[in-house]
Amino acid sequence: MEFDVVTLSRLQFALTALYHFLFVPLTLGLSVLLAAMETVYVMTGRPIWRQMTKFWGTLFGINFVLGVATGIVMEFQFGMNWSYYSHYVGDIFGAPLAIEGLMAFFLEATFVGLFFFGWDKMSKVGHLFATYAVAIGSNFSALWILIANGWMQHPVGATFNPDTMRMEVTDFFEVLFNPVAQARFAHTVSAGYLTASVFVLGVSAWYLLKGRHIAIAKRSMTIAASFGLLASVSVVVLGDEGGYLASEHQKMKLAAIEGMWKTEPAPASFTLFGIPDMEERTTHYAVHIPWVMGLIGTRSLTTEIPGIEELEAHAETRIRNGILAYDALQDYRAAPSREAVPPEAVTAFDEHGHDLGYALLLRKYVEDPREATEAQIKAAAWDTVPHVPTLFWSFRLMVAIGFFNVALMGFFVVLSARRKLGVSRWPLKIAVASLALPWIAAELGWITAEFGRQPWAVEGVLPTVAAVSELTVPTLWLTIIGFTLIYSVLIVIEVRLMLEAIRKGPQPDHDPEMPLAPKPLVAAE
Amino acid sequence: MILHELIDYGTLRVIWWLLLGVLLIGFAVMDGFDLGVGMLLPFAGKTDMERRIVINTIGPVWEGNQVWLILGGGAIFAAWPPLYAVSFSGFYLAMFAILAALILRPVGFKYRSKREGARWRRNWDWALFVGGFVPALIFGVAVGNVLQGVPFRLGSDLRIFYDGSFFGLLNPFALLCGLLSVAMLAMHGANWLVLKSSGPVAARARSFARIAALATIGLYALGGLALWLFVDGYRITSVIDPSGPSNPLAKTVETSAGGWFANYATHPWMLLAPALGFVGALLVLWGLRSGREIGTLLFSKLSIFGIISSVGLSMFPFILPSTVQPGASLTVWDASSSHLTLFIMLFVTVIFLPLIAAYTAWAYKLLWGKVEEDDITGGGHAY
Repeated sequence: MEFDVVTLSRLQFALTALYHFLFVPLTLGLSVLLAAMETVYVMTGRPIWRQMTKFWGTLFGINFVLGVATGIVMEFQFGMNWSYYSHYVGDIFGAPLAIEGLMAFFLEATFVGLFFFGWDKMSKVGHLFATYAVAIGSNFSALWILIANGWMQHPVGATFNPDTMRMEVTDFFEVLFNPVAQARFAHTVSAGYLTASVFVLGVSAWYLLKGRHIAIAKRSMTIAASFGLLASVSVVVLGDEGGYLASEHQKMKLAAIEGMWKTEPAPASFTLFGIPDMEERTTHYAVHIPWVMGLIGTRSLTTEIPGIEELEAHAETRIRNGILAYDALQDYRAAPSREAVPPEAVTAFDEHGHDLGYALLLRKYVEDPREATEAQIKAAAWDTVPHVPTLFWSFRLMVAIGFFNVALMGFFVVLSARRKLGVSRWPLKIAVASLALPWIAAELGWITAEFGRQPWAVEGVLPTVAAVSELTVPTLWLTIIGFTLIYSVLIVIEVRLMLEAIRKGPQPDHDPEMPLAPKPLVAAE
Repeated sequence: MILHELIDYGTLRVIWWLLLGVLLIGFAVMDGFDLGVGMLLPFAGKTDMERRIVINTIGPVWEGNQVWLILGGGAIFAAWPPLYAVSFSGFYLAMFAILAALILRPVGFKYRSKREGARWRRNWDWALFVGGFVPALIFGVAVGNVLQGVPFRLGSDLRIFYDGSFFGLLNPFALLCGLLSVAMLAMHGANWLVLKSSGPVAARARSFARIAALATIGLYALGGLALWLFVDGYRITSVIDPSGPSNPLAKTVETSAGGWFANYATHPWMLLAPALGFVGALLVLWGLRSGREIGTLLFSKLSIFGIISSVGLSMFPFILPSTVQPGASLTVWDASSSHLTLFIMLFVTVIFLPLIAAYTAWAYKLLWGKVEEDDITGGGHAY
């Protein structure tokens, strides 16, 4: 791999996004669980629920600050590393980010302070309100981010303006109610709920194994398992919805996930196992399950799902059309006014303008797409095929973890309903051993969705090669190394503090309503 | 959707230029005292308990305040995409330094108190100092460079090229602006500490506030003089259509010595801004002397408001001038989002900004009062 500006910019984005995404799912889910626990406290008045809320709140806080710290980097690096992207689609993409700040992040961040500092300053209901505000804020935050991201996957409600050389919004409601964004929001948020449930379940199981904090651990497990079961089912079902939408809007991504090189007669089979080979353009040792893919992808038995090679040929046509659009655009830009644009350029741009982005794929090889050779056009068409083995395996591992989590949560719901939590040790050990799984699945999900979007920054509109800033390789290395160092140090500290807080366990609550505190007051934190 | 035609494009652009000011001032006023407190932390607090008091004066509110920065970034992206693209990529390493410093801040607040060790806490104290000082300095340096113009070029397809370097940013005028920014936010942070603490911390904060207020007055005067003597202003020489498409390449621009003062000659009411910058800081000195703690904090807000507004008003309609291709300079009339996006964003802002103001005020009211030792040792979640 050649470490040029594009590759390094992508590497940096992947590093910072994957790192940021270690903290986000837990924040999303834990905020909702905290709201649920505190609701029980306010409704029943039992202090143990307050103690629980505070304990899980401490862990929430340690995780939350890193999500905040890395979130700023996420927002700033579009302008820093992807300046042409920022110029080209800022008219659409910037709005959800700004609305996230106005609608969600202010709410979350203002009330998270009151969540921690307001226990003695607010009424029970007042504090519960603050906790709800944190949960609502973080979930709305995810909504707006995924509306922005959904637009990169399926750019709707916008059109290219030759005067400003960028995409501009034409219908904001289409951007808002983008079906891809909605499906991805539901899937991502459910995955966050599941992450928090597995976290609470695993940590509580560890307490039961150690015979500590049994009352809190059992209650936490019950709430985590029931919430987690709903979340895990929803992750799988909504993931399926995502697959259906991908078949409509991101056919190449779907075909790559499937390792499906040639179009199959409908209904297509699902490849359970195989070794995709990018050189030979085939999937070795493929084990197929007939009909399943056709059903997932098209919800019908008669609609065809196109294979990679057919889509590649289709891309080649669009690149050739894109070159015509690019040529017409130059006439547009050269004309002193809109009226002075030659009519044949207007016609050509009207006809092929939607393929302009495909011409920009050639930027990888030539400065002016009109000068591309036949071989370069063919190479650019092949570039529209993402790295099939990565997608194939990321997706399958993620789905396997998804199904495992349904089983895990279902099992613990049964144990909890039959009051058998902690009776045998092996289920607890499984719960502890499963702690890392949701994080692995979340990262794999990011890879499937975003690595699978390549070579596009915005699907069909702006290729990643054209989206970068004009930076130098040494500058990029400097920031990559810088971020990596800071992030590595912080994650080590974070995990240690997390483990220390878990080992310390729930603290006796100093609340006068709860005189049972066994130990003298400790200067908490 | 025809609704957005209600407000014409040119007017919307001016409204969003004002909102850009509101955001920058909002950030400087709200998160500014957090940055100031961070800078003063190792000096205003000597013992661990004193430092915990300093940190806990902003502990519950810094997170909400920092959203002003995040919203600022998002709103510039949404309303002024070329500004976001050119400045963030042009100031690349400076932005990285700001980010690196800002990453330390949330973590520092939260993690410092999780362990007892003296070294652990001392390290976080310095991390919090860096998290306050570095962003304050670099934001000021950035503004200094914006006033002088930035060496960027735009290709015919509006691709952005930047001819400068990180060290090029650190020129004398820009550093002067950086120091002014540090002084201004240190003054604001010290005033916050005076209001929110008592005893030795408040006493030290009071003397820092006095020094910082004097420095603010001196550096602001010096900055104005240097701007007059050494920095060229920019002027559009072609006919402008305030409602034209956002194409920065469609105009011609020339520079002139002292040009940034031209707006004050044509619109004398604008002199109110620099006047407030000075008067606010002078009132801070008076407020400190007469023990008006809430008033003093309001006065430093006033001073910040005046200083930042004066930069915006001097440059209007320029937002980011280019030294190497003056015609490509970004202005209010050719660097905004589309008419529709500006309208939608205004709609959302009009709904949510008052709501934010309301619940922020409510949160501050709940947290009213000085932070004492008892608040920290009394359990709960104090940092």
